[in-house]
Amino acid sequence: MEIEGKITDKSLIIQLPQELDHHSADQICRETDKLATTEDIREIIFDFSRTTFCDSSGIGMLMGRYKMMNALGGTVRAVQVKGRVAKILMLSGITKIIPLES
Amino acid sequence: MKNTMKLEFDSISANESFARVTVAAFMTQMNPSMEEVADVKTAVSEAVTNAIIHGYNNEVHKITIFGKIENDMLELKVVDQGVGIEDIPKVMEPMYTSRPDLERSGMGFLFMEAFMDEVQVESKPGVGTTVIMKKKILKHEA
Repeated sequence: MEIEGKITDKSLIIQLPQELDHHSADQICRETDKLATTEDIREIIFDFSRTTFCDSSGIGMLMGRYKMMNALGGTVRAVQVKGRVAKILMLSGITKIIPLES
Repeated sequence: MKNTMKLEFDSISANESFARVTVAAFMTQMNPSMEEVADVKTAVSEAVTNAIIHGYNNEVHKITIFGKIENDMLELKVVDQGVGIEDIPKVMEPMYTSRPDLERSGMGFLFMEAFMDEVQVESKPGVGTTVIMKKKILKHEA
């Protein structure tokens, strides 16, 4: 599985995979951190449209990217979060710092 | 209805999805709802991830899952022979993580407890850890 980021107008868009677990979260961290430290990025947009599974490793990945962007004066957004994954994100409390967008 | 299974695999992160999907397949004979399957998959993922990261510190050893179905009760034991846990109540506290350097959220046990009816941890430092999880699968009309 290859995670690839796309940059448009200082926004880094990450298309998340179907299953966001420890295995895929590690790859996403590497890709986002590489781009966020070498390019001028103001926000990271995580696109959940394909994601049907997320566990606490996915929450840890989001928390880590939020802290990193916060330190750089930027933001993190979560879009197209659906069903089960939305439930997990709300249960974790991360939606207090990264609100879910449609 | 009574059935058991034993699943053994290497402690590498690619096997997290393998473990979830296999346990989900095992429980289909209980005729669970999609929500119940999703609950169990999340809990299995958390326990297996803990074994890989914390139990074995990312070294490759074996993780074993024992599954048992007894009527409407599903019992899963996730076993590693890793470093073990000194203070079990501490690691089960929400938001606690022994590895903030790895950006762990500290929510693994919170999710296991939220999605299973019962979660029990047996561990001995230097010997290993067993996480025992139970969930009653409700009757669903076919």
